[in-house]
Amino acid sequence: MKKKLMSLMLVAATSVTMLAGCQSASAPQQEEAQGESATEEQASEGLDASNIKVGVIYIGDENEGYTAAHMQGIDDMQAALGLSDEQVIEKSLIPEDESCADAAEDLVDQGCNVVFATSFGHESFLMQVAGDHPEVEFAHATGYQAAGSGLSNFHNYFDNIYEARYVSGVVAGMKLNEMIADGKITADQAKVGYVGAYPYAEVISGFTSFFLGVRSQVPTATMEVQYTNSWADMTAEGEVATQLIADGCVLISQHADTTGAPTACEKAGVPCVGYNVDMTAVAPTCALTSASNNWGVYYTYAVQAVLNGEVMPADWTAGFADGAVAITDLNQNAIAEGTEDVVKETIEAISSGKLNVFDTSTFTVDGGKTLEDAIAEGGDYAQYAQYVSDGAFHESSVASAPAFAMIIDGITANAE
Amino acid sequence: MSKIARSNKKVIHMVKRSGISPLKAWGIRLIAAVLGLIVAAFVIVGITGVNPLKVYEGIIGGAVGSPRRIWVTVRETVVLLLIAVGLMPAFKMRFWNLGAEGQILAGGIACSALMIYGKSIPAPLLLFLIIVCSALGGMIWGFLPGLFKAIFNTNESLFTLMLNYVAMQLVTFFIVFWENPSGSNSVGIINPSGKEGWFPALFGSDYGLNILIVLIVTVVMTLYMKITKHGYEIAVVGESQNTARYAGINVGKVIIRTMLVSSAVCGLAGAVIVSGASHTISTSTAGGRGFTAIVVAWMANLNPAGMLLVAAFLVFMQQGSIQIASQYGLNENASDIITGILIFFLIGCEFFIRYHLKVVNTEDDKS
Repeated sequence: MKKKLMSLMLVAATSVTMLAGCQSASAPQQEEAQGESATEEQASEGLDASNIKVGVIYIGDENEGYTAAHMQGIDDMQAALGLSDEQVIEKSLIPEDESCADAAEDLVDQGCNVVFATSFGHESFLMQVAGDHPEVEFAHATGYQAAGSGLSNFHNYFDNIYEARYVSGVVAGMKLNEMIADGKITADQAKVGYVGAYPYAEVISGFTSFFLGVRSQVPTATMEVQYTNSWADMTAEGEVATQLIADGCVLISQHADTTGAPTACEKAGVPCVGYNVDMTAVAPTCALTSASNNWGVYYTYAVQAVLNGEVMPADWTAGFADGAVAITDLNQNAIAEGTEDVVKETIEAISSGKLNVFDTSTFTVDGGKTLEDAIAEGGDYAQYAQYVSDGAFHESSVASAPAFAMIIDGITANAE
Repeated sequence: MSKIARSNKKVIHMVKRSGISPLKAWGIRLIAAVLGLIVAAFVIVGITGVNPLKVYEGIIGGAVGSPRRIWVTVRETVVLLLIAVGLMPAFKMRFWNLGAEGQILAGGIACSALMIYGKSIPAPLLLFLIIVCSALGGMIWGFLPGLFKAIFNTNESLFTLMLNYVAMQLVTFFIVFWENPSGSNSVGIINPSGKEGWFPALFGSDYGLNILIVLIVTVVMTLYMKITKHGYEIAVVGESQNTARYAGINVGKVIIRTMLVSSAVCGLAGAVIVSGASHTISTSTAGGRGFTAIVVAWMANLNPAGMLLVAAFLVFMQQGSIQIASQYGLNENASDIITGILIFFLIGCEFFIRYHLKVVNTEDDKS
């Protein structure tokens, strides 16, 4: 009996303290790692291409497109700077938990002067390690916390993949036009399906730019987005693609890391646009092209900066102008006639700054309002005010990670 | 077949050993391990062409090559040991608790909740609450299948297994509230600056408290199983429920009580993982350790000292695998193959510990 009383009291005590905790939780949460040592020792003392060590933490391995692209980038950097294999230490299949901190600490122990981590969820663990090792540079892809971290040795980087997605959207749009011209579909049936991973800004920014690319060619186009809630789930991506096709989508694109969607498209005979890797191996007659990253540009820049003792910015981005993004070779078996020329023009326009992907005159939000008007009205859209100027939303102008998280008119994305 | 032909025939009989000296038993296991390593070496050369000795060297270096690696190996080993110790009483009772994964997550949720909402609680009290509440969280997850088994004789393997998925979904649910920043679908490191609710450093190590907790729990559980009346009742129920009933043991009560103990320890493991190592929670917080611990418990025949050895071995291989992957470009799967081969030999050799082979002449048999 006594024991039971004890446990009852414990339960009661816990619930009371938990409730009490609730009320006071919000205030001290903000004091982040601001006070962490901002003094950076110059890491470049006596460093040169023969003794610098580079560490990399990958979420996956070479069997998965996203990581394969990063590995390729590291290889390009290694070749460009003439580093030996011993100078590059790569750790693959590191999950987004304390294993990432363990891996980073271990790379520092092995003498790495710069450590890269590639997955969104690695960020807080890498940041923690960065705070303990001010003499080592840390850089994290797709993250957003570097600028606010107060750490001078912690950086974020991301390619302007939205530029490549826009161009891949143009390729898709021309294919739709061909299908309309051939009488396979009517202009009203030009509905695109999109297999998204998560409802994050990174994904939303990506499919919006793709859609704007499509609509630059087919003004009547609409798009339906469905999420798989996983970065890489072959089965789910195939199922979602099949579902979208059943919903009347006549072309499929994706922001997910496997070949699930193009495989399903090939089976259904629906044209598709991939991500990261050339999909013609699994969809020889249907894959048009893929938007892809060329991470080597950043890795070469970053390692060179460490060698030179240059201060790297907290946020780094680059697009077509620097060769950091691309689309894979156009599949001649699938693309519409004349695609090459339009693609070339579009890339030139983006590189020269003539064309802004998120030109606010090309889309509306919230049922017909321009983005400027929506921002002026306040509410949820007001947060984007700092990105919008001169008739365009300047993606990645504040932090390297994508920020465009609005569902524009013409796109239906099922709720979170 | 003539009688003469048969008389020349020699056959191999499996004969159950009446007993075996510990020295001989460990000798057999050692031989099995060596044979396993040799076979694995051939596989490595055959598939990858890399010098197997170098690979083994890489595994050892990866697991214990630097002080930090040793600490990580120790940290992972004690967690695995703790879960296996938690499973021990249930397995001893022949109650197939496959739900350690869910019980860890339940404990982890309680622990994370306290870390997030209990920042203003004084540190020692918070730590105490984390330990108690994570155990309680695990207990809820163990109580349900225990209760249903005791009352309705529900299949506990299925019940505990299903609860894993419920716990997984519950974690997903809480991530929605706790995600930091919103939209990231991850909780991130909880209290990175103030470290409220983190296990404090002990004996000069961040993981000292993890080791201390696991040590205490292991010793207490061993004594509980060996010298208490409860432990005896568990053993009797495990051998035969009818015997237990005949002896006047309330079987239902023993089942529920034992599951509470078992799952409380697994829940506590959730706190050791969340507060003591990762400082975050996600659906992969348990990370399959609830299942690996089953292997640990059974390979050691539910003997805690053996469990420590098996847990250390498995973690050693796992940590080593990260190293060979980066050193030789071998995928982590390469070390899974090595581990698989070694486990195959180690489990297989138990047969030779229980039985010995005897070449018998059929003629002898008749006489």
